[in-house]
Amino acid sequence: MTFIAPSLIGVGIFVLLPFLDVARRSFMDSFGRRFTGLENYAKVWENDAFRLAAGNTVKFAVVCIPALVISALLLAAAVQGLPRGRDGFKTCFLLPLAVPAASVVLIWKILFHENGLIGNILLDLGWAPVDFMGSNAAFWILVVSYLWKNLGYDMILWMAGLSGISRDLYEAASLDGAGPVKRFFYITLPNLAGITFTICVLSLLNSFKVFREAYLVAGEHPHTSMYMLQHLFNNWFTDMDMEKLCAGAVLMAAVIFGLILLLQKAWGEEE
Amino acid sequence: MSGGKGRIRTGILLVIAAVVCMPLVMLIGGSFMGGDEIAEKIGPVLAEREGRAEFFLFPQYPTLQGFVELLLDSPEFFAMFWNTCRIVFPILAGQLLIAAPAAWGFAKYRFRGKKALFTLYIALMLMPFQVTMVSNYLVLSGLHLLDTRLSVILPAIFSTFPVFIICRFFQGVPDALLEAASLDGAGPWQTFFYIGLPMGAPGIASALLLSFLEYWNVLEQPLTFLKDRSLWPLSLYLPNIVSEKAAVSLAASLIMLIPPLLVFLMGQKYLESGIRAAGLKE
Repeated sequence: MTFIAPSLIGVGIFVLLPFLDVARRSFMDSFGRRFTGLENYAKVWENDAFRLAAGNTVKFAVVCIPALVISALLLAAAVQGLPRGRDGFKTCFLLPLAVPAASVVLIWKILFHENGLIGNILLDLGWAPVDFMGSNAAFWILVVSYLWKNLGYDMILWMAGLSGISRDLYEAASLDGAGPVKRFFYITLPNLAGITFTICVLSLLNSFKVFREAYLVAGEHPHTSMYMLQHLFNNWFTDMDMEKLCAGAVLMAAVIFGLILLLQKAWGEEE
Repeated sequence: MSGGKGRIRTGILLVIAAVVCMPLVMLIGGSFMGGDEIAEKIGPVLAEREGRAEFFLFPQYPTLQGFVELLLDSPEFFAMFWNTCRIVFPILAGQLLIAAPAAWGFAKYRFRGKKALFTLYIALMLMPFQVTMVSNYLVLSGLHLLDTRLSVILPAIFSTFPVFIICRFFQGVPDALLEAASLDGAGPWQTFFYIGLPMGAPGIASALLLSFLEYWNVLEQPLTFLKDRSLWPLSLYLPNIVSEKAAVSLAASLIMLIPPLLVFLMGQKYLESGIRAAGLKE
């Protein structure tokens, strides 16, 4: 226990105890004097900015996580099957993980600006160029940033899962005449069921960090289509709106804790 | 996997890899372009003038102009670079000091409530910053640490993430080795130092590497806790020099990228095993 004590004390001081205080405050008025029940939660729930941000965050998760998880799986299967050059591809796909958001802001602007490079591609295809920063298309900046950053991370996880599947299964299936597509659906997918959930949850949690790119490219008040819970919390903080901040933090913690318990269960079943 | 099919697959992978790496190549190429070339290629984006940006990878007329201007005209860039170092390295040192023993405790000792406590650690590691933001703020303001570097450093030192990663690696240290050590009269700390640390070194490397990449890129904490701009790390400051002088800011972006890039290229093996440790139960 003496090994853990310093860590536990620090966690207690900086996270656990103050979080209990936050939970207490979430039921009080902003001065912490009067008990107000669920009033703060009602305020958060009825807040238009909250609805917008929560809606965008959910939409982002629903679009991006399946897209990321599936493309990373295809990529992992393709790279895993290569006779050589695997390490080179791993390096390429992991590289964005090492790139600070601040370093690519300028490149992102060059890509996503109305006169920018993605606009050029759209023009070549015969479409009108899009002003990503100032229209509903801003959402796509989030999608691209997230996929770019996390593809390698998820690919490594999938490859770990893939390498756990016995070669014999594939050989037996090949002898029985199963082609690559059949082998993928009847051997690969069922054997990966256990880690799929884990990868989805980790992808969800990594998705909160897309705020960095979003904030640096578009600032505190980006176009409404990319206004996320992270922006909202940041702006509540700037306004020092303690009532909403506390209730919001508790709500968010509850949702995420629920997901983590599910994750624990999935980990338990895998053993 | 032989013949045409394998080649098609490699080809598709190469195209995807090229797209993924392209922003980096553009950044590197762009930072060696002169002001005129930049104005010509990306002026329509940066200066909001008519026309369209042109695609570029390599400079036509390579020059160090951006770097020279950065060196001569922007002393604040180096102050901010130094700020980043003064935030990142104390965090890494603190994490090593706090997380490694804690991970050893979780991996090799049994005590009541261990499972629940470890679940709590995992939960905390996975919580996004927005959840702990107010809590951290309340403590930091109570301790009068707001607007000091410690407001970013201290909570990060007690992050549970490195504990979790290192613990995964310590679990692989065979118990027989520990029994042998204690038969030879080694105390718990001696066992930790002479057996645990050397055998868990790859795990510690993984954890520190992931932490380095994370905190070199840290944004949320300084944005929330540091109002004093002179304390800002590069990650927060860099975008402020973006539009005025593109050559300078491309050079600055590249310099900021170099340390994590080197760390990544040297430690890719540890990065991969760190990612696997976070995702899978061995």
